[in-house]
Amino acid sequence: MKKLLSGNEALARGAWEAGVRAAFGYPGTPSTEILENLVKYDGPYCEWSPNEKVAMEAAAGAAIGGARSMVTMKLVGLNVAADPMMTLSYIGVVGGMVIVVADDPGMNSSQTEQDTRHYARLAKLPVLEPGSAVECREYMMKAFDISEKYRCPVIIRTTTCVSHSRFLCEVGERRESKDSAFEHNPSQFCPLPIWGRKLRRDVEERMVAQAAEACGSSLNQEFKRGTKLGIISSSVAALHCLDAFPEASVLKLGWAWPFPDELIRDFASRMDHVAVIEEGDPILEEHVKSLGIACDGKNVVPRCGELTPIVIQGVKARLEGTEAPVATPVADANDLPGRPPMLCAGCPHRGIFFGLTKYDVIVTGDIGCYSLGVFPPLSRTDTILCMGGGFTVAHGMVQAGEKRPVVGIVGDSTFFHSGMTGLLNMVYNQGKAILIVVDNRTTAMTGHQDHPGTGRTLMGKPTAEASIEKIAEACGVKRIRVVNPYDLKQVDDVLKESLAADEMTLIISRAPCILKERRQLGPKPSVDTAACKKCKACLKLGCPAIELSDAKAAPSVNANLCIGCGLCVQTCKFGAMK
Amino acid sequence: MLKNVMLCGVGGQGILFAAKIIAAAAELSGYDVTTNELHGMAQRGGSVTAQVRFGDGFHSPLFREGEADVLCALEPVEGLRCAHWLKADGKAAVSAQRLIPVTVSTGRATYPADLDERLARSFKTLKYIDCCAIALKLGDLRLANTVMVGALSSWLDLPESSWRAAVERSVKSGMVENNMAALKAGQEA
Repeated sequence: MKKLLSGNEALARGAWEAGVRAAFGYPGTPSTEILENLVKYDGPYCEWSPNEKVAMEAAAGAAIGGARSMVTMKLVGLNVAADPMMTLSYIGVVGGMVIVVADDPGMNSSQTEQDTRHYARLAKLPVLEPGSAVECREYMMKAFDISEKYRCPVIIRTTTCVSHSRFLCEVGERRESKDSAFEHNPSQFCPLPIWGRKLRRDVEERMVAQAAEACGSSLNQEFKRGTKLGIISSSVAALHCLDAFPEASVLKLGWAWPFPDELIRDFASRMDHVAVIEEGDPILEEHVKSLGIACDGKNVVPRCGELTPIVIQGVKARLEGTEAPVATPVADANDLPGRPPMLCAGCPHRGIFFGLTKYDVIVTGDIGCYSLGVFPPLSRTDTILCMGGGFTVAHGMVQAGEKRPVVGIVGDSTFFHSGMTGLLNMVYNQGKAILIVVDNRTTAMTGHQDHPGTGRTLMGKPTAEASIEKIAEACGVKRIRVVNPYDLKQVDDVLKESLAADEMTLIISRAPCILKERRQLGPKPSVDTAACKKCKACLKLGCPAIELSDAKAAPSVNANLCIGCGLCVQTCKFGAMK
Repeated sequence: MLKNVMLCGVGGQGILFAAKIIAAAAELSGYDVTTNELHGMAQRGGSVTAQVRFGDGFHSPLFREGEADVLCALEPVEGLRCAHWLKADGKAAVSAQRLIPVTVSTGRATYPADLDERLARSFKTLKYIDCCAIALKLGDLRLANTVMVGALSSWLDLPESSWRAAVERSVKSGMVENNMAALKAGQEA
């Protein structure tokens, strides 16, 4: 039977068919839908962990016990989870373990464009790169087998395009697999130096065997179509190349690390000319060159961004010495208004960011929907570093003598991810800033996943609801204020008194995400054009439901978008918004 | 045979739903099919696009600018923004529903006043459709996207039975008949 599955759905399907017993992860575009789909199947235990490090360690525990496990995250999540992965490579697993990392070439929804293959090399773990949903399912099943054979986790690296493209996939049934049944073996699982040095040597031996197996693996596939040009590629870029170079042979490396040297040498020896066309960093290219094989690579292939079909056409033009095609919009599209993403109409974060526009403060932001507070007209974010960085960057600035007040913002899911350690640090080291948790009761940006504060698990069970205020109290925070972000006066009062205070304040701005709730908060206002003085105060909210297409006219409220949050009514001094 | 379908609009308009129905109709007609869509940041009111390919002779789920056989735009400015994705003889179905971006409302950009002329100049074959009015006439504004899919469907050469089966697969059973009516209204628009 065939089903039209996205790459992420196919990864979930493959893991289920492979008999995965336990799966862990933290949401992050473009990886989120893997666990959201796996949890729909009977059999595997699935959870959202508070962060990727916790998820990696839990998956390690399951696999050390002998069960098949999986952990999923986006590229930057692996930075958080890198520590346990490095040691896990040494001590290894008993049950198969797959680490799925979704990279984001083109930075569609990520702060960096890092190439996870570097981590695979650093951790000395095999990395498989499916290019389609069909391959996502197949590679997932093979990854579990490879993992059990070599007793080490296997990384599957996808990209945004692979994770979010749908293909018709053959699907099968679930295979039986073992429960955790841990067997005591300290020389394997406790990397104290006496045993660790042996484990270290084992890793090198394992890689030699893996490279040999990769040479004959069906994961590495040659498309024989001619000998003038041979392209070495991987992932979805290889599929673009198959379409763009109908006469070139393509060596598509699905298992490129540890490098299958003999396979590469054999392919190159039969080609007049070799080009390595890979998305991301020149990892394959540098290795091919180290084998003494002359090739084109990043001299014709861009280092930054996604290798889309038009970019591949440009590569082809450079290889052939012809003019690269350019994607020029039509003439009538040259002066179109931009349409950046923004806080939704009625978003509870808006009240906080609007409140902050009245004060000369530095705002250190974080990763989530509230990143959108950086855009005009709110323009109320100065820095974005990483998950949890909203609190810690604020602390560092204050301790270094910054004269202006500093406000650090994190979300609720981010607070549990890594914001709470920053809060603890500020109390412990007596920092003084205003910290705000914009608590919308969900992980909103990635599509409303539960977290330790929502009282529900990924598997839909009711559970303990972690309290941000009680955690803050236990850390030693004295000033804690909970505000309703839809009450602009309350927001302003709390900001004013907190700025005047001589100690740190934690403000919890609490109201559920309206995109999740999908309900009207109050009556939809309309503009009384006779009373409107066209002062545009309401437009400073940056609400997409308040529209003004003619600068000389009065604004109007788009009733299809408005959910009646009432912020614009509060900003109008003339009573025209009612 | 290979058909490349380009969809564009504003995050939250339901572009993924439109892609889903088209892909299902192609699959149910026996074609190999792929789709590609943007998630994440793009969902929060920004410009979004999706691609559907069906037929044979392709490996990649993506086609390039200038290769789309048909374009379906759920918002007219977004239609213009993506007009260059169409082949020279490509056909476009564009919704007349205007969504004013915040960049316009805050005075940093202007929404084109001569939209109709621009659309006429930019598309050789154009169905410019007030899909919201049609959907309201059918009793449910949420049918607007299905009206647009219907407008596109007359150019895709897929059998009527596949469209019905695709709709049955994609919506709740109580919504099948009014979605079919919306599809038909779009075809005739």
